[in-house]
Amino acid sequence: MIGLAQVYLLAGLAFAAFALLSARDGTNPRRWINAAFWGLLALSMLAGDRLGDLGNGVLVLALVGLAARGLGRGAPDSDGEARQAKAARHGNRLFLLALVIPLAALGGTLGFKHWPGLVDPKQVTLVSLSLGVILALAIGMAWLRPRPTEPLEQGRRLMDAVGWAAILPQMLASLGAVFALAGVGEVVGQLASAFIPEGSRFGAVLAYGLGMALFTMVMGNAFAAFPVMAAAIGLPLLIHQYHGDPAVVAAIGMLAGFCGTLMTPMAANFNVVPAALLDLADRNAVVRAQVPTALPLLAVNIALIWFLAFP
Amino acid sequence: MNLWVLSGIAVMVGGFVWRLNPLVVVAAAALTTGLAAGMDPLAILAAFGKAFNDTRYVSVIWIVLPVIGLMERHGLQERARALVAGMKGATLPRLLTRYLLLRQITAALGLTSIAGHAQTVRPLLAPMAEAAAAPRDQAEADKVKALAAATDNVGLFFGEDIFIAIGSILLMKGFLEQQGIALAPFDLSVWAIPTALAAFAIHGLRLWLFVRRRG
Repeated sequence: MIGLAQVYLLAGLAFAAFALLSARDGTNPRRWINAAFWGLLALSMLAGDRLGDLGNGVLVLALVGLAARGLGRGAPDSDGEARQAKAARHGNRLFLLALVIPLAALGGTLGFKHWPGLVDPKQVTLVSLSLGVILALAIGMAWLRPRPTEPLEQGRRLMDAVGWAAILPQMLASLGAVFALAGVGEVVGQLASAFIPEGSRFGAVLAYGLGMALFTMVMGNAFAAFPVMAAAIGLPLLIHQYHGDPAVVAAIGMLAGFCGTLMTPMAANFNVVPAALLDLADRNAVVRAQVPTALPLLAVNIALIWFLAFP
Repeated sequence: MNLWVLSGIAVMVGGFVWRLNPLVVVAAAALTTGLAAGMDPLAILAAFGKAFNDTRYVSVIWIVLPVIGLMERHGLQERARALVAGMKGATLPRLLTRYLLLRQITAALGLTSIAGHAQTVRPLLAPMAEAAAAPRDQAEADKVKALAAATDNVGLFFGEDIFIAIGSILLMKGFLEQQGIALAPFDLSVWAIPTALAAFAIHGLRLWLFVRRRG
């Protein structure tokens, strides 16, 4: 049966290729740090189950240490004229290639149900996504006829642009596990019950939505706010006590956090960097332009949780 | 009630406010909260390592990069820019509404990096918005440009979560699975659709009001 093991094998091979290509990238002053970082991630994907819990912990510490030293970036892809010419030749058909991955993921998720025993039903979306990537690569190679190493070279370039942030979501999901072991959710839940009127489901929804936006504004990052607020109010109150739909509580809670991202200079990449790029006199001009959209949208999100999570 | 376990949250807030490397902040928060709960350091390390290994699928999304890189090498960004440039001549609200829609749809397909502040807003959208608005002074010109940047952010944030393999969706799946709730990415991403529609309606309405108020 095809399941996570095969998906991890594919991911491990991709990260191993990124590591090798990073090591060979003479334009990157810190190429060995990048190579080690992607190499450790490849090791985690390929052999994580054989490292043991403590071994995996040490692997995480090594990743964090490398990230603290700082990853580097190679020279950007500079051949703009060639790309312009290719863009003119391929036209909007390029977007069709982009459609292959989501269509394969969607089609596989719905289609493999009729083929029991072939794909692990719990991981069908990730398996379908991986197949979509392979399919898109095969179509792209046949149609665009690049050099054989070009997709991996370009993948490595984009990977370096993402840098250590690539594992932030996985780190935050893991932090959530430690928070759960330590009982953070129960403690905040008890504290919150002092503020939220006893038995008020609406009070809990309101505290969750506002808390998600506020925590995001302070930290500048909805990803970081999510494990905190979900452990504090989402899980103990909305999901366990009031039996809310976990998918709605999580998904729309995250989007309430995104409303917070629109309203904070802490999210510098999105809100402060563009003000500088556009030579705006007021460096908070973009935040100011976003607040009137973010506030009503936050109210909509809170209402959506209220109506959709508790049918 | 052991309030000290909340110290990890304080570490997170402090670490992010002081702009330390977020990976270091997350590791420090786990250590602080674990110690406060009376766990010994090796047990915390093992617990974190186990959770990291169990949630590897969160980082599997990066296997799409070779495909996106290949498309970019063959002019995907140039194509996206041509689409935006093709909106020339539209009125300000029409221009920004079309861009918002384009950004939401492409982000929902997982193409989050084909547009952005450096890729499309500064070279194309902001100058086109300024030309369409014909501002009377610098302050008004700045407002129009800021609105263009804001439109890019709104389109990205409230489009990307519809794609099943974006970081935030897999983070939620990973977090919930650690708490014993198994969900498919698909279950989560469909719930991003109502908010995406609301974001389009609210921001679109604001774009129209912006011009009328200036009148």
